[in-house]
Amino acid sequence: MSERQANSMLSAESLQAIDREVAKYPADRKQSAVMSALRIAQVEKGWLASETIEFVAKYLGMPPIAVYEVASFYNMYDLKPVGRHKLTVCTNLPCALSGGFDAGEYLKQKLGIDYNETTADGRFTLKEGECMGACGDAPVMLVNNHRMCSWMSYDKIDKLLEDLGK
Amino acid sequence: MLEIEIDGAKLEVPDGSTVMDAANRAGTFIPHFCYHKKLSIAANCRMCLVEVEKAPKPLPACATPVTNGMKVSTHSNKAVNAQKGVMEFLLINHPLDCPICDQGGECQLQDLAVGYGGGASRYKEEKRVVVNKNLGPLISTDMTRCIHCTRCVRFGQEVAGIMELGVGNRGEHSEIMSFVGRTVDSELSGNMIDLCPVGALTSKPFRFSARTWELSRRKSVSPHDSLGANLIVQVKHDEVKRVLPLENEAVNECWISDKDRFSYEALRSPERLTTPRIKQGGVWRDVDWQTALEYAASSLKGVAADHGASQIGALLSPHSTLEELYLAQKLVHGVGSDNVDFRLRQSDFSLDGKRAGAPWLGLPVAELSNQDAVLVVGSFLRKDHPLLAQRLRRAASQGCDVMRLHVSADDLLMTLAQDVIVAPSELVRSLAAIVKAAAQIAGAEVSASVADVLAAVTADEQAEAIARALSEGEKAAVLLGNFVAQHPNAASLELLAAELARLTQASVGVIGEAANSVGGYIAGALPQGQGANAAAMVAAPLKSYLLLGVEPELDCADGLAARKAVQSAASVIYLGSFASDSIAEIADVMLPVSPFAETSGSYVNAEGRVQSFHAVTKPLGDSRPAWKVLRVLANLLQLDGFEFDSSEAVRAAVLAQGEVAAKLSNVAEGAVARLDAAPAGLQRVADVPIHFADALVRRAPALQATRDGKAPDLRANSALLAELGLQAGDAVRVRSSSGDAALVARADDSVPAGCVRVAAAHASTVALGSLHGTLTVERA
Amino acid sequence: MTALSGHGVVLDGIAGENTWRLEDYLKRGGYAALKKIIAEQIPPENIIAEVKKSALRGRGGAGFPTGLKWSFMPRAFPGAKYICCNSDEGEPGTFKDRDIIRYNPHALIEGMIIAGYAMGCGTGYNYIHGEIFAEYERFEAALAEAREANLLGSNILGSAFSFELHAHHGYGAYICGEETALLESLEGKKGQPRFKPPFPASFGLYGKPTTINNTETFASIPYIIREGGEAFLNLGKPNNGGTKLFSVSGHVNRPGNYEIPLGTPFSELLELAGGMRGGRKLKAVIPGGSSAPVLPASIMMDLTMDYDAIAKAGSMLGSGAVIVMDETTCMVRALERLSYFYFEESCGQCTPCREGTGWLYRMVHRIEHGEGRAEDLEMLTGVSDNIMGRTICALGDAAAMPVKSFVKHFGDEFAYHIQHKCCLVPHEVQREGSKIYVEHAC
Ligand SMILES: Cc1cc2nc3c(=O)[nH]c(=O)nc-3n(C[C@H](O)[C@H](O)[C@H](O)COP(=O)(O)O)c2cc1C
Ligand code: SF4
Ligand code: FES
Repeated sequence: MSERQANSMLSAESLQAIDREVAKYPADRKQSAVMSALRIAQVEKGWLASETIEFVAKYLGMPPIAVYEVASFYNMYDLKPVGRHKLTVCTNLPCALSGGFDAGEYLKQKLGIDYNETTADGRFTLKEGECMGACGDAPVMLVNNHRMCSWMSYDKIDKLLEDLGK
Repeated sequence: MLEIEIDGAKLEVPDGSTVMDAANRAGTFIPHFCYHKKLSIAANCRMCLVEVEKAPKPLPACATPVTNGMKVSTHSNKAVNAQKGVMEFLLINHPLDCPICDQGGECQLQDLAVGYGGGASRYKEEKRVVVNKNLGPLISTDMTRCIHCTRCVRFGQEVAGIMELGVGNRGEHSEIMSFVGRTVDSELSGNMIDLCPVGALTSKPFRFSARTWELSRRKSVSPHDSLGANLIVQVKHDEVKRVLPLENEAVNECWISDKDRFSYEALRSPERLTTPRIKQGGVWRDVDWQTALEYAASSLKGVAADHGASQIGALLSPHSTLEELYLAQKLVHGVGSDNVDFRLRQSDFSLDGKRAGAPWLGLPVAELSNQDAVLVVGSFLRKDHPLLAQRLRRAASQGCDVMRLHVSADDLLMTLAQDVIVAPSELVRSLAAIVKAAAQIAGAEVSASVADVLAAVTADEQAEAIARALSEGEKAAVLLGNFVAQHPNAASLELLAAELARLTQASVGVIGEAANSVGGYIAGALPQGQGANAAAMVAAPLKSYLLLGVEPELDCADGLAARKAVQSAASVIYLGSFASDSIAEIADVMLPVSPFAETSGSYVNAEGRVQSFHAVTKPLGDSRPAWKVLRVLANLLQLDGFEFDSSEAVRAAVLAQGEVAAKLSNVAEGAVARLDAAPAGLQRVADVPIHFADALVRRAPALQATRDGKAPDLRANSALLAELGLQAGDAVRVRSSSGDAALVARADDSVPAGCVRVAAAHASTVALGSLHGTLTVERA
Repeated sequence: MTALSGHGVVLDGIAGENTWRLEDYLKRGGYAALKKIIAEQIPPENIIAEVKKSALRGRGGAGFPTGLKWSFMPRAFPGAKYICCNSDEGEPGTFKDRDIIRYNPHALIEGMIIAGYAMGCGTGYNYIHGEIFAEYERFEAALAEAREANLLGSNILGSAFSFELHAHHGYGAYICGEETALLESLEGKKGQPRFKPPFPASFGLYGKPTTINNTETFASIPYIIREGGEAFLNLGKPNNGGTKLFSVSGHVNRPGNYEIPLGTPFSELLELAGGMRGGRKLKAVIPGGSSAPVLPASIMMDLTMDYDAIAKAGSMLGSGAVIVMDETTCMVRALERLSYFYFEESCGQCTPCREGTGWLYRMVHRIEHGEGRAEDLEMLTGVSDNIMGRTICALGDAAAMPVKSFVKHFGDEFAYHIQHKCCLVPHEVQREGSKIYVEHAC
């Protein structure tokens, strides 16, 4: 184990992934990689605790509050723990015209939780999202930020929950 | 130049001006919140919207560049509608709690709302509430009042050099905050309070203690470091309630450091000495002034008669006023002694008698902002001189090569073009290497004063880079900090710096430790003839001491020795504002004299600027201005030439001896630099922490509660800690040749190899004696 | 797959499988334009002239002439200059850039390389909306292919020209679509728009000259260079050159992306999208993304889909997002959701937008929930007017325009709500049209 990793909060893979992002920008502009770094850290840790944010700050040579500003500005970062599967339903107008609201209501009912809540077993967190740039696929949902699910009819929602439940 | 018309009045403004600049020039007020002349342009409040001919939309004056022939209306319907619209938005979520707000009466939002706000609010929805933040002992928050102008955030990033506040979240949920659980620790943090246009950030020590309209505003000058920041002191019922900056572009601009701002709390310290006292049979007794002064006079006379006047010595605080220093030295000389000094933390006096004048900054303070290259030698700059550091920080951000040669790599919060960190004993060698490089670049002969030293060193790449930057900079300066002034081989460092400046055509300057580091020279508060300097008065104890504002163990180069020397004396006359236990132990008479806020006087700052001030309150209790006390004492001693009826008269007498400017000089003749061998063992790196440096800051509770007010620890780099078998957090015993201290170890990689950093001026480290020398460290 | 119909330019020939692969793109004539430039050493100014001739207008929303924008870049600037692609598509209703990256990423890459060549930039970044992470990964894969083939990187195709291109992702902030917020975000900060001037062409990414264009704009470039500016112009109509992707969503049978010549009648586009869902009657259309003023059916059915015609009708072509609403739609409800969006997405730095968007939303929300007041309609317009034109970026206007247009064209529905504390369109009808779940009773 390298020295760097010895006092790291993140795995070697994550650090490597961050380094790859850092390499995209001019050498004195490491800060540009902060969004990726936070994303990578969040994928590994599930959410962004203050210590994780502080670690990213140190890693990129930024003041911690500057990293916090970023982490709290963009919606997809979670500054509080979330369930194993975070489901984000788009309810913006184009989706709403094609059942987006309804998909959200159906999920609330099935999971027994409201938006911004997590199921008691810690498995699911439900969120209401803004336009995901996929309005033609309405209703759309994101699973853990990175997996987009299209045309989420009741059947498909049932199927999704079943798959994730496994 | 560009021509612009504002509300029908034509004027010319320089290229690059904004409409706001032009309006300021024309004397036209444009309402604003986020705009501040010393900060970057954010253009986020939108209060300064004005109508510009041909522009389809109103434009923000603060951010709109003037174009030639531009016509601006600040009061047209379109402009006023826009301004009123913005004001309405600013007020909808504002609590409108002016009656209980500390900012009431000096709130820009309140002032502008009167002119631009509507009567009743059209907003009928629920108002936002924002939770308050704990930013530490100095700044109090009422975040619901925040209007998101981001001045505080920009101040941190751009002026203080450290981003401690940011805007978290977004949109309507945006909040000014520090990082989770952190306080604001910048030594300039209080300026955020001034910058906040509303009552979101207010002074914690001041909170709820007065309404602003009850306060009278009086001018004063900071008694702390050698900048002499200009102050507005606010007083209610003869008590100082608050201190604010008085804008002076040439000195402190519109800023003051936290010690300038919050040290006033010490004025009401429980340790304030408010009645004269004498010690008889080991017991202290309050007496009237007459008794105390006669007691003091007769003890001085007694010592002179029994042991000779040369057994009398005076140690004077460099934070004393020019007038006090002048009268004190005159008094001591009057009774026949030449033992006077105010350079209490200095240990090398070999340039005495060789100086052509008072060591000074070598250039105007304001010029620091315009340098192309600056080498700072031996300075904990950020903490020793927060506002000079601020000027250099801005210079650095505008391309000045700021370089450092020092004994600790403290973060100066600016980009350093070069940074050489060495052990204290190596400072001379490293500076010599730079001088050598400069001589090579200039292809010039070197002066005899440094020739031998230069022959013994070689210039490395870094020395060369520094020399080159200084040579190439059209405006360049070499500045010597407090650590140089305190260094055992200070003379060599001064000689080398002067030579470096000569070779690179730079200016050379001494930053000066205290408010009157220059003034002490001007007042003549120095040993004369065979008189003893501060170190000699400690090394060979005298029978009698007169202490003016001095706490020997905390204010002297070797506090332990100083205390012992004074304690062994037959008579000790203490003139001071505070009576600590230690003073009670060593003194025989205590004469309560007024601190800066309660007396009038002058400071001569680092650039030689004489700044006088009046008392802002009456003296507390029976304390009296020291100039009066010294005058009466001199009268009792039947000395001539003390017929002063005001401090102005004293000042006039000092200044009548010649222009201050003519007395400033960093030239020393007839001295030769030398290289000392490095001592064996761990060298002590001693700083004088910002909130322990003088008697006032030591007693300001809010300052003591800050991070800078923490008790010193033992700091060494991680490699050395490991070598010593120590871990951060271990309790250790530190020993010097004179004593030992119990401290906690901390890893600090800014400390150079072979050194340990142990701060001075704190009770916990007095036993270690000298600021310099070697220490041993073991686990306790 | 979403309905997709390519017509000539950016979605040309993408019906098959694996159209995103380099191999497939090459077969479709991909990189011919770049190869031609390199082989013939075409002077950069000729490329800009060709783009000008094409009358290509920015596809990101503002419709600014692309050739003109490119000509603002300082020619002889010493030091780095940048190109940024705006794939932060987050404007409700817009989903075209996602399909370009998904099915034809090399057209975008080729377009950006050509742009780099034309403006003398050595580095480009593509800022991709965080929510379409699969597309971010696909774009990175496409970049790898291009690098491998020496179409990207140092000494492209053996020439002296080098160009690096990287992907950067957003993470949930609509405002980063605004070009200066995008730059701030690329620099690793909050996406807060900058005050202009200075414009990106003089002070852009890292303070260097920078040109920002939309994904579709860049993806149109290879065609223009390959076939000539004239040919592109002729696909559309004067001042409105080329084809344009329209993202059709809402109450239609086949929502999806349709690439049609600019100037095509709206009715044809509606037909392409399969006509109205359930054969219901068209009520209103937002023709250019959620920020564009809504137009009632009567006006819409007579319009052609191009910048000038829609502007004349009082709306904007914007990003080409066509949100179709039928008679089952409650316009108060629709506006409430849009107003919430702008409230939620305001970056918060400037006063009118930070404070005004919340005020607007709360008023519309009250009206929708039966708590409207008589003065609300006037206040909606008044507050909108106080936001418009007074903010740092156009999000303020974007929040105000829907409010003003909804109130203007459907004021009677709002008045009904205020008076009757209930929707004009019965809930069952709304539910039938959109499966909208109505939680509050009237
Ligand atoms: C609030 C706001 C959001 C925007 N979102 C986008 C977007 O998602 N994609 C885009 O290309 N342009 C967007 N724009 C427009 C961009 O600022 C910019 O004009 C555009 O990227 C320029 O590219 P073009 O000239 O190729 O259209 C947005 C503008 C505003 C004010
Ligand atoms: S208009 Fe809104 S989004 Fe744009 S800068 Fe102002 S607050 Fe931010
Ligand atoms: S002072 Fe100009 S926008 Fe705030």
